[in-house]
Amino acid sequence: MTSASIESIETAKGAGFENHRIRVSVLMFAKARELAGLSEVSLEVDEGATTADCLKILVSTYDKLQSITESMVLALNHDYVENPVVVNDGDELALIPPISGG
Amino acid sequence: MGEIDRASPEILKELEALRKANAELLSEISALQKQLQGTVEMSSKPICIDGPNAISLEHNTKFFSQTQHILYGSSSVQESVAPSEAKLEVGSKARANINEETPNSQGISVAHLENDWIYEDVGGCIRKSMGNCERLHNLDPYTISRYSRQLLVPAFGVKGQENLLKSSILIIGAGGLGSPAALYLAAAGVGCLGLVDHDVVELDNLHRQVIHTEGAVGETKVKSAAAACRAINSFLKVNEHYSGLQASNAVNIISKYDIIVDATDNLPTRYLINDACVVMGKPLVSGAALGTEGQLTVYHHDDGPCYRCIFPVPPPPDACQSCSDAGVLGVVPGIIGCLQALEAIKLASGTGEPLSSRLLILDALTTSVQKVKLRGRNHSCIVCGDAPQLSRENLHQFDYEAFTSSLMSDKIPQRKQMLPLSYGVSCKEYKRRCEEGELHVLLDVRDAHQYAISALPNSVNVPFSQLKERVPQIQDLAKGIDLEVEEAYPTEVLAQSLRPIYVICRRGHDSQKTVQFLRSNGFPDTFDIVGGLECWTREVDHHFPKY
Repeated sequence: MTSASIESIETAKGAGFENHRIRVSVLMFAKARELAGLSEVSLEVDEGATTADCLKILVSTYDKLQSITESMVLALNHDYVENPVVVNDGDELALIPPISGG
Repeated sequence: MGEIDRASPEILKELEALRKANAELLSEISALQKQLQGTVEMSSKPICIDGPNAISLEHNTKFFSQTQHILYGSSSVQESVAPSEAKLEVGSKARANINEETPNSQGISVAHLENDWIYEDVGGCIRKSMGNCERLHNLDPYTISRYSRQLLVPAFGVKGQENLLKSSILIIGAGGLGSPAALYLAAAGVGCLGLVDHDVVELDNLHRQVIHTEGAVGETKVKSAAAACRAINSFLKVNEHYSGLQASNAVNIISKYDIIVDATDNLPTRYLINDACVVMGKPLVSGAALGTEGQLTVYHHDDGPCYRCIFPVPPPPDACQSCSDAGVLGVVPGIIGCLQALEAIKLASGTGEPLSSRLLILDALTTSVQKVKLRGRNHSCIVCGDAPQLSRENLHQFDYEAFTSSLMSDKIPQRKQMLPLSYGVSCKEYKRRCEEGELHVLLDVRDAHQYAISALPNSVNVPFSQLKERVPQIQDLAKGIDLEVEEAYPTEVLAQSLRPIYVICRRGHDSQKTVQFLRSNGFPDTFDIVGGLECWTREVDHHFPKY
């Protein structure tokens, strides 16, 4: 169903500025893993980017993720993200939709 | 010395009397010691308790000033469980003694001493306990022996076991999660276990629902699971709830228990259980498993969040697949169900830190377990927030199936007819056309791993998810070009009109979508094989494997 491969997404740099780039590791679980087709992805974003920016990039890359963005836990470094927070280099962002099976 | 000589006849008499008294005392002491030893030996014997109405209650006896915790086995044990017979014989004998000597029509406590055991009749039920031992707690010798290995765990101990024996736990769902949860809770010595399920045991349940045996296929899951729990622990009180959990009965059922274990298999029931737990103030041990992944948390405990705080918006119905669609590796719900039993035991016994405000995620493929910190209670939550909209009075009116757009069951919804009827052929009709020798293409649009389980001969696997990319291949197939022997076809064959395409899948959903897509992309002669392979097994070939 899924591959354990780690893809890399590099987004366009902010126009006209020499921004520092940072890398965030994104872990996908359950349906997110299936919709994106992978379990882990390395995301390169501008310094100062937030969790919301990361999610926006992920959804634009894996458009099927759009359907579950309202119904999942977003965790940054194992901590629940309620409002967008700034991400740092080496952070780990997890997309955790609920499972209902039993 | 002279004085002694003078007094000797009297003194000698007195001495003789003292010696006699001493010897009598010694023999009494020795007898008492023997009795004491006997008592210790007997502590390994089973306690004899039975009764028609299994109940758990607190009771003051005239022998002990302390409160006693009393557990009664259920009447069904007498009928069916062989290993309990010896024990029940003792119980019956004890009861007979008591009934002969001390008629007890008003349910008043009376006791009868026999071989150092106190047989006590409480409302028609017999309890056996050890009399001449200092009571430091409420556990009798049999109970101590039975649970000794967890009494030895310092963090659990006597207090933990006493609390557990008094607790009542409800397990909703006697499937992949509920099976191990029920087995471990029964074995650990909870006082009362409630089981809720409205399904019957099916063959494809057995790989993960380990509480059920081959012989239970066709039986209700609750009956099968309850029997297994009683076989493990005849002192356990088991309540069987056959109706399943609905908005109309959830509050009533949940109100009877201390701790609720969500071991269900569908989204609307998860929201319902959450809401009922919140309005009744019960902690909820929530577990879920699918494929190779599992999740675990404790909701509505210690000012932690509830399910709705974390997932206020339900995921779309196709984002929450069932085990019958997506499959599940049996041991995954096994692990999560065991962890649910652990969390329930921790809550019931007051041991450790329950997994509140944290979510455990199990990834079986990489054997990784992660814990994610969750938010606290959401003050604007519609059920546990500061101004809740749901209450125990109005919860039964909430339409959980409409809210989640899915059914309160993991059963497959009825096939929806999406295409005009003329775009479909029945399985029997397709078979007839094959037998007539009609040249055609049979597309099977299931995923490759499902196609590998079983497939019709001469079918070509083009998974629905790859349909768009593989249109050129479909075109070749419809032209009659076998990709492997392309050069063998003369040009006049290639110029012929396209062959009809028949599309099949597991249950007839994706095949309809495929027909729709192909008909509007240059393949007007495309037909759905109505009802898919499940229908093929039913109507054409009973030997074709169903999964």
